[in-house]
Amino acid sequence: MSKMNLTRRGVLQTGAVAGAGLALPTYLSAAAHSGFTNAPTGDTVTLGFNVPQTGPYADEGADELRAFELAVEHLNGGGDGGMLNTFSSKALEGNGIMGKKVQYVTGDTQTKSDAARASAKSMIEKDGAIMISGGSSSGVAVAVQGLCQEAGVIFMAGLTHSNDTTGKDKKANGFRHFFNAYMSAAALAPVLKNLYGDDRAAYHLTADYTWGWTQQESIQAATEAMGWSTINDVRTPLAATDFSSYIAPVLNSGADVLVLNHYGGNMVNSLTNAVQFGLRDKQVNGKNFEIVVPLYSELMAKGAGQNIKGIVGSQNWDWKLENQMGDRYAGTNAFVQSFGTKYGFPPSQAAQTCYAQTLLYADAVARAGSFNPCAVGEALAGFEFDGLGNGPTLYRADDHQCFKDVLVVRGAEDPSDEFNLVEIVEVTPAEQVTYDPEHPMFAGGALGECNPGA
Amino acid sequence: MDAILLQLLNGLDKGSAYALIALGLTLIFGTLGVVNFAHGALFMIGAFCAVTMQRFLTLSYETIDETKKDFLGNPLKVSSTYVESWFGPNIGSTIIDWAVPIAIVMAVPVMIAIGFVMERGLIKHFYKRPHADQILVTFGLAIVLQEIIKYFYGANPIPTPAPDMFRGSFDFGVLLGFDPNAIIYPYWRLVYFAFSAIIIGAVFAFLQFTTFGMVVRAGMADRETVGLLGINIDKRFTIMFGIAAAVAGLAGVMYAPINSPNYHMGMDFLVLSFVVVVVGGMGSLPGAVLAGFMLGILESFASMNEVKDLLPGIDQIIIYVVAIIILLTRPRGLMGRKGVMEE
Repeated sequence: MSKMNLTRRGVLQTGAVAGAGLALPTYLSAAAHSGFTNAPTGDTVTLGFNVPQTGPYADEGADELRAFELAVEHLNGGGDGGMLNTFSSKALEGNGIMGKKVQYVTGDTQTKSDAARASAKSMIEKDGAIMISGGSSSGVAVAVQGLCQEAGVIFMAGLTHSNDTTGKDKKANGFRHFFNAYMSAAALAPVLKNLYGDDRAAYHLTADYTWGWTQQESIQAATEAMGWSTINDVRTPLAATDFSSYIAPVLNSGADVLVLNHYGGNMVNSLTNAVQFGLRDKQVNGKNFEIVVPLYSELMAKGAGQNIKGIVGSQNWDWKLENQMGDRYAGTNAFVQSFGTKYGFPPSQAAQTCYAQTLLYADAVARAGSFNPCAVGEALAGFEFDGLGNGPTLYRADDHQCFKDVLVVRGAEDPSDEFNLVEIVEVTPAEQVTYDPEHPMFAGGALGECNPGA
Repeated sequence: MDAILLQLLNGLDKGSAYALIALGLTLIFGTLGVVNFAHGALFMIGAFCAVTMQRFLTLSYETIDETKKDFLGNPLKVSSTYVESWFGPNIGSTIIDWAVPIAIVMAVPVMIAIGFVMERGLIKHFYKRPHADQILVTFGLAIVLQEIIKYFYGANPIPTPAPDMFRGSFDFGVLLGFDPNAIIYPYWRLVYFAFSAIIIGAVFAFLQFTTFGMVVRAGMADRETVGLLGINIDKRFTIMFGIAAAVAGLAGVMYAPINSPNYHMGMDFLVLSFVVVVVGGMGSLPGAVLAGFMLGILESFASMNEVKDLLPGIDQIIIYVVAIIILLTRPRGLMGRKGVMEE
């Protein structure tokens, strides 16, 4: 019988090594075996969908989740195939991704950066997710994108509109299909000039966080370039609910346009308050007072009710796009048909971007012939595609931002039903919203090196 | 001058919401000694009474219009409300238009019933527990209530407009000799202010001029002695809990047209209302009303651009700065009574 020699030093050393091993995140230990994080080994591959399931954007998150479920169904060969039938790339065959059946796990971002990082981390470490997608906030997108870069997985952003996501906070492992604040401004400015003239004085109310700042900066620059002046920019707390004390000073400020750089509940409340104070009926400088909401969403339009009538803004996509603007936007009707048949109502722009991102990721894996995030990143960077509802689109290699047409929309004056609250005013071609990768509004960051997690 | 008058009106309007919620909070604290963190949820449920009434009055039946198509290309289902088909389009649409004021009739019994169930079913078991326990259980209850509302109504705000005749703005400027449109204020916010004043007055009158109110006030001052006189003070306090719930609910019903109700709106007001109660003095009804209006007005003035230019960010912290100053100089709040929350 052998005798064990237990010494205090030996126990401590063994414990330290074992502890370090246990403390090592599973994505790092997995990577050590196969060259990249969470390399799929069986006949399935797991995607992680990180959406707000609680909190103020829970309805938008639910719509994103519906789109993800539909995308997975189509990738696995179920349903009618949706936009797989119209997608210009034909690498996907409806047999999962590279023959592996797609399964998914979900996380709840709660629209809080720390909670979103925790749920993404859990999906990567515990569930073995190889890609993370979703979200309804730029703060969350930037935080999760950073985590995915560290973990060595691909991040396919959901609804995030701040310039920073593909500007100063861009990452090699992160990709954004949704448009951004600069693009909204570039699309809106010429339309605003046509509608309201080039001699206008604007007053901005701006949500006091990353998205609000970049939105305000972009709109101010674009409108001033066409001749408007800016009377004031007032930052409003994100937690504000009653905007009456911020609206009141607008009345006698000399401004004849109010720009609401708000989103979600902020936008619904600030717009409601502005209409209550009679701004829509007001005349200033001999002109009708106008309100502009740079970033629209269908859910916000629903929340604002009658107050949204005639208010101009921008969108990434709209379910009526192909019917009204023609075949250039092929894929829209296919997606609306699939989504509407399954869920009973048309998809939101958040749903469309999440569905497109899932297909784009799967397609990139198939074209690369590998799940390695660096190979997937290479396949996505510089990829030109069509048939996903937005017209011809480029995933620019310099910053991983998609460049495509942008919609200028307006609240319908007389909506025929609850799904037609927004009407398309104009579609601005991608060339008009394209900017230099070194544009000052996007400066200060670098993609860096792709991280496979090895 | 016109900007100052506008912010004064804003402050009175905000203050009336704070005062109404804080009044119920301090009423519960003064009678039952309970720190009720679920009070904001009662305000939110009140707002959803208005949403529910609006949905009830717009209950519809569907007919198929073969000439029109829905978004999938199928024949369009056209909704028509029962109210309009029963009462005709004119009277029917007027009834629907007045959904929010009509909701008051529903909200009072509903909120009193919810108050009774909350008090008898849960809160009474925590009367003799530390305030920390009360805060934990009522905060948990608030989260449960808002999740229930979210389950049934979703997370998105639901527009609940005021009757058409109150949708415009009143031109105070002309009335006060200013230029037209210099000081305009939404009708419904004026209605809200007047409504709050009536409710606050009614609560005070009820406590001041009725036998029931006299007993409650006596119980608030010395619960034991009132009990020794053979009066069932617990029963009366339970009724006061129901009344406090109804006050919060009515504040919520009338607030619905000001900002579209969402499941989280109670939490938005809760912390501010607690600050109002503490500044006014725990358990002091006049203190809650005074502090509500005072903080509402200060918050509005702090949002003025001239003030923000001097003190950036002051609009976000003014209420807490004032609360600190008042509690440092008057530790029991503006009108707090000796011995309350000091044991």
